[in-house]
Amino acid sequence: MSETKLMRTSLYAGGTSPAKMIQAGFYNEDCIVYDLEDSVFGEEKDSARFLVYNAVKYQRPKGKYVLIRVNGIYSQHLEEDLNAAVRARPDAIRIPKVEYASEVKRIDEAITAIEKAASLPVGGIQLWCNIESYLGVLNAREIAQASPRVAAMALGAEDFTASMGAQRTKAGWEIFYARNAILMACREAGISAQDAVFSDLNDEEGLRQDLEMTRALGFDGKTCVHPRQIDTVNGCFTPSEKEIRNAARVIAALEQAAREHTGVCVLDGSMVDKPMELRARATLAKAEAAGIKMWRKI
Amino acid sequence: MMVNSLGRELPERIGDYVVRPYRGAYDTPAREGSVITRRTAGHRVPGESKRKESLKEAIIASGLKDGMTISFHHSFREGDQIVGQVLAAVRDLGVKDLRFAPSAVVNIKKPSIVDFVRDGIIARIEASGIRGELGDAVLAGEMENPVILRTHGARPRAIEAGELQIDVAFIGASAADDYGNCTGQIGPNACGSLGYSFVDAQHAGCVIVVTDNLVDYPCCPVSISQQYVDYVVKVDSIGDPAKISAGAARLTKNPRDLMIAQRTVDIISASRYFKEGFSFQTGAGAIPIAITKYLAQCMKARGVKASFALGGIPAAIIDMYDEGLVRVVACSQSFDSVAARAISDRPGVIEIDNADYANAYSKGGYLNREDFGILGALEVDVDFNVNILTGSSGEMMGGLGGGPDVAGGAAVSIVTIPIIRGRTPSIVPRVFTLCTPGETVAVVVTEAGIALNPKHKNYAELKEDLEHTNLKLVDIHELQQLAQSMTGVPKPVETTDEVTCIVEYRDGTVLDVIRRVKR
Repeated sequence: MSETKLMRTSLYAGGTSPAKMIQAGFYNEDCIVYDLEDSVFGEEKDSARFLVYNAVKYQRPKGKYVLIRVNGIYSQHLEEDLNAAVRARPDAIRIPKVEYASEVKRIDEAITAIEKAASLPVGGIQLWCNIESYLGVLNAREIAQASPRVAAMALGAEDFTASMGAQRTKAGWEIFYARNAILMACREAGISAQDAVFSDLNDEEGLRQDLEMTRALGFDGKTCVHPRQIDTVNGCFTPSEKEIRNAARVIAALEQAAREHTGVCVLDGSMVDKPMELRARATLAKAEAAGIKMWRKI
Repeated sequence: MMVNSLGRELPERIGDYVVRPYRGAYDTPAREGSVITRRTAGHRVPGESKRKESLKEAIIASGLKDGMTISFHHSFREGDQIVGQVLAAVRDLGVKDLRFAPSAVVNIKKPSIVDFVRDGIIARIEASGIRGELGDAVLAGEMENPVILRTHGARPRAIEAGELQIDVAFIGASAADDYGNCTGQIGPNACGSLGYSFVDAQHAGCVIVVTDNLVDYPCCPVSISQQYVDYVVKVDSIGDPAKISAGAARLTKNPRDLMIAQRTVDIISASRYFKEGFSFQTGAGAIPIAITKYLAQCMKARGVKASFALGGIPAAIIDMYDEGLVRVVACSQSFDSVAARAISDRPGVIEIDNADYANAYSKGGYLNREDFGILGALEVDVDFNVNILTGSSGEMMGGLGGGPDVAGGAAVSIVTIPIIRGRTPSIVPRVFTLCTPGETVAVVVTEAGIALNPKHKNYAELKEDLEHTNLKLVDIHELQQLAQSMTGVPKPVETTDEVTCIVEYRDGTVLDVIRRVKR
């Protein structure tokens, strides 16, 4: 994963609808997930696989991180899904309902075998692991480090709460621990942490409130269930003008201190320490990755 | 054969129609001399009645004969019940071979206009568009004479130039008195502005007002004055209110349309024309309504107010007026019941003559003072030419409306269009029917990016304004290639040499012709 590559939003596009798959490429999401799993009925799995293969191979949207979500690890469709998905060469394959590191290793081996058979570079395709049960949460650290291919983990809140016997609420306290467990596992492994979807399409204010926690905890992105959510979610993960200005001032102060060989850098009466510098650099990198032009003029 | 400046091949004559090829959007001077009118001086003595008991009586009194020209407005839209009643009365009276010249042909059923074409009642049609069954029949070659299609602004020009001379104008009104004062603003079938009928009332040889709501003299408010009206007829019903309302759309939830709308407002707000006192026109439909809502939000956030909103007006614009965001709403058409009523109960919402809105050959109208005009389209080509008439199989899909006028008048004309619809590309190498010259289109906004037209008069300043934003600017060829990569190359529509429709520009020159489609 590139340091400044944004993964603020990932949008699912159902594998049975060519129109939706084409259209999904035009929204502002950073990552597009062509789906072979939940949005595809059993009798349509073959045609969806064919459509998704062609969409990714021949109609790949520019400037997006492209994923294919395959069917579950123990599904009869997985082998064919992987064969098609690897040959289509997305950026990543998204695996639903991962519970054990051994499952990831098995899929890694299967992908490697297909890459070799198809004369593709081995290791070029990353993995996103959806964590959707208490077992997945408990094993998150091992899953995150199960393969060098693992680039992100994402919480699937609906299935997780079902596995817990908990009730899904808008406040989200029932997934608070899971969010933190997955986040810490991602940070330990140096991979991207993706938050759960906010299901109520018509509650934009609820989405904003949910995003406050998402961002405060430190997630890198969130899965969207509808294109209408994309701009709001992107906004949450995109530095504000004020944040960018402050970050630019921190860097400018550090550069000035270096030029003047002062041991300590002070800005507005406070010492600029290493964490402040790291946050400032991350903020500017995110702004640049988001295509924001204004910070250059600050 | 000759070729106009847009590269369209045109015959020199089509029957008795002499083709003047398009040369440029602003290149045709006004004709010299007085305007031409059929209006006659009247002399009504006190106590004389204008009432006629039936449409047939009024038609007989008008002196309508074979080969004459009759006109209507289309403000009742799909709910119109006047055109059918009048044509049925004409048929009963044995009058034939008429030139049918409404401001636009509404797609009425039971009876259908096609029935009157097949019966020989209608021999010629001149209008803004001919959708539905009539469009199919015309393109299938059922009419001997080609249909002349004119924009809303071109129609009053043609009337005043004597190219379209109206013998009898039938003006539907939702309220009228027995002396001909009438309006569309009140009554159970209120349609709002009667803007399209002003020119008919002023220049027709005979004016017949048709209403189902006879009110006490004098009718107030009044749109068309008694001084122009020869006869008044009361019928049982002039329209279906449920179908008259065309623009009362809620905000669409289609994310693609919302995205295009948001980008359009981003362009407007980044432009130097977006300042206190700017003016705009958005229209009706999913994307325009969303643009109107987003524009209102943006104006509130930026503290900018508009001097006027123009054209066909939906409720969303009236909301902006009520919020103090727009000082004057100039309605040539009212798209819904809220907009229809607003003219009579809001002082800044005014009914305007369609010629005042869009006629380029007057002494000046609103469009010449408009900053932003939003246009829909079926196709746009790589030269920014727009097709708003014909679909992917060559079928008639829409009318010219005022789009070409808006593009010609507004400082920034913006076409909003998805790059593909279903399995059909919308950004194409060459539009099937050229309706709006590319040189008058400033911007094309799609879900895949924004294309600026380097040949537009305000290109340099638009480019400068938009380059400072995060908006994605692309070459229109790139959009065309992208669309084609998704849909493939559609099979060309095959046509014969027979011309079924003539597409006139606002200056009376010919932009294009529509040839009979091989089926």
